[in-house]
Amino acid sequence: MPIWVGNDTRLVVQGITGKEGEFHALGCREYGTRVVAGVTPGKGGQEVEGIPVFDSVAEARDETGCNATMIFVPPPFAADAIMEAAEAGVELVVCITEGIPVADMLKVKAFLRRYPSRLVGPNCPGVITPGQAKIGIMPGHIHRPGRVGVVSRSGTLTYEAVWQLTSLELGQSTCIGIGGDPLNGTSFIDALEAFRDDGQTEAVILIGEIGGSAEEEAAAWVQEHFDRPVVGFIAGRTAPPGRRMGHAGAIVAGGKGTAAEKMEALEAAGIRVVESPADLGRTVAEALGT
Amino acid sequence: MKIHEYQAKEILRRYGVATPRGEVAEDASEAPGICERLSGRCVVKAQIHAGGRGKGGGVKLAGSPVEAGELAGRILGMQLVTPQTGPEGRIVRKVLIEEALNIASELYLGITLDRQLGQPVIMASASGGMEIEEVAAKDPEAIVRQPIDPHLGLQAFQGRTVARRLGLSGGTAKQFLKLLSSLVDAYLDTDASLVEINPLLVTAEGDVLALDAKMSFDDNALFRHPDIREMRDLGEENPLEIEAGKHGLNYIKLDGTIGCMVNGAGLAMATMDIIKLYGAEPANFLDVGGSASQEAVASAFRILVSDQSVKAVLINIFGGIARTDRIARGVVDALAELGDVDLPVVVRLEGTNVEQGRAILQEAGFDFIVADQMADAAEKVVAAARGEG
Repeated sequence: MPIWVGNDTRLVVQGITGKEGEFHALGCREYGTRVVAGVTPGKGGQEVEGIPVFDSVAEARDETGCNATMIFVPPPFAADAIMEAAEAGVELVVCITEGIPVADMLKVKAFLRRYPSRLVGPNCPGVITPGQAKIGIMPGHIHRPGRVGVVSRSGTLTYEAVWQLTSLELGQSTCIGIGGDPLNGTSFIDALEAFRDDGQTEAVILIGEIGGSAEEEAAAWVQEHFDRPVVGFIAGRTAPPGRRMGHAGAIVAGGKGTAAEKMEALEAAGIRVVESPADLGRTVAEALGT
Repeated sequence: MKIHEYQAKEILRRYGVATPRGEVAEDASEAPGICERLSGRCVVKAQIHAGGRGKGGGVKLAGSPVEAGELAGRILGMQLVTPQTGPEGRIVRKVLIEEALNIASELYLGITLDRQLGQPVIMASASGGMEIEEVAAKDPEAIVRQPIDPHLGLQAFQGRTVARRLGLSGGTAKQFLKLLSSLVDAYLDTDASLVEINPLLVTAEGDVLALDAKMSFDDNALFRHPDIREMRDLGEENPLEIEAGKHGLNYIKLDGTIGCMVNGAGLAMATMDIIKLYGAEPANFLDVGGSASQEAVASAFRILVSDQSVKAVLINIFGGIARTDRIARGVVDALAELGDVDLPVVVRLEGTNVEQGRAILQEAGFDFIVADQMADAAEKVVAAARGEG
């Protein structure tokens, strides 16, 4: 069963007339996603490789019935783009943009409380249900339909895990990149809940990193509510405290948010924690007895 | 982005936060005059981007203008080592000279983002002068936490709650409430990620002032604060990190011997971790980013090899948004431009356009050590750094 993204997805791409927006809109279409519209304010009426461009998400929704959006709008305008999508009634909002100010995300989070839309990201690679559709920037060809759900705060590190699962012929049910910012829309727990309700997902890989306490919260939830195998990895054991490691959210501040703490919390919840990211796939295989 | 204490106080004063009177000096000869204007008794404070300055001898009380001059002379130019600077310390280029006040008590007051709540939160404690982490470890109950709605600001009752729990009353409480409300305004208005007043001073006369001030800002929001962006002090940053920043690269200098070039922050951290797991230490964190141009990748390589402690380089690229052929082209061009690179270079490429990427590397005529998996790559680069490659 696809999670959030699948054959029913009708995608609009906000920021489609930008270089990255166009490149990845076409990448999604090539993978099999139905890309029905693009939005760039002021460029309504144009086309990008046959995809009609609208001035607003509301128009795109009226004309094409899009039910998901992928956002490539530059950081100063990205919060606005997320809120516009929610108000237009788009069910799934995947924000790829990196560099949105925290204050803008506080606004977005307050705004989204009034709408049922799900936000994934920002600063994330997106969501893919292999064999059906993808919304995001991940290389589709490394994925295979399969048994393992992947949820991660990282982009390329997720591809690493995916590649191992594909090589071991375990495949993936759905892969969800929740993003590397300190404030995001979808949490580890939201993703895990979706995996729990999905019959296809037999095990989960959870990839966290230093900073915040999202992994600890996920661990507590897993202990209470999730009985399938979970394999975990936390990036940043060698990261110096007080430094932001690329992702805005990846920082050990005031001695909190260390990799050691998180690994301990995951282990205490019965999650199999690997020390080497190269062991993720193999450990899932062992847990599944294959 | 971090700024100095004197800059933080400048900003806070604009919002109505009371601070001691003071002036900045870059030369010791200015100090006696400043001290004179502050009525003869003053505190000389080293301005560096690290806490614990007092412990390292960077904060001194002067009883006279002459003494102020002597102390400023001693502190300016010193290599100040504090618990937060690391053993190499920081060179002091400026001092803040402030009036000495009569201390009745010291409090702690800070505002930062609570990621779990998704709200800014005020943190306060009656144990001023102590690091808040220390208080949290010893006596978490002693920390007053008050979340604030970022769009509605501080409500009066919330301020009163904090004041009451700190044991303040009367005129002191009144002054505290005014200062707290100004502090919240400053935090929200400037896109700060942290504002910390430690200590917040209550004088013998019952006045409340920010004796120290620390502010840092959300880098992603600096585009709307050009005045704050100008406060950046490059003297406080690592030269290689500054150079990397100019090319849009995310680079952090570390102490090890394996130079790393990776795309994506998570994979970059994981690459550092796996190097450690295989018995060596990473020399840096370096994320060439999603849309790294060929030029940026070439600069990344140049920065890596200009670090004298690097004994071997590991290039670990999993291509998604960054296509591996583009990365490979950048690496080859950088090597061609640099001429002799006698460091072993281990390359591991995977992802979009990987065949083209590998072909570019193979046809380049350099002596790359090619690895096909992360563990393999880590093993090879650690061996190469030890001269076993």
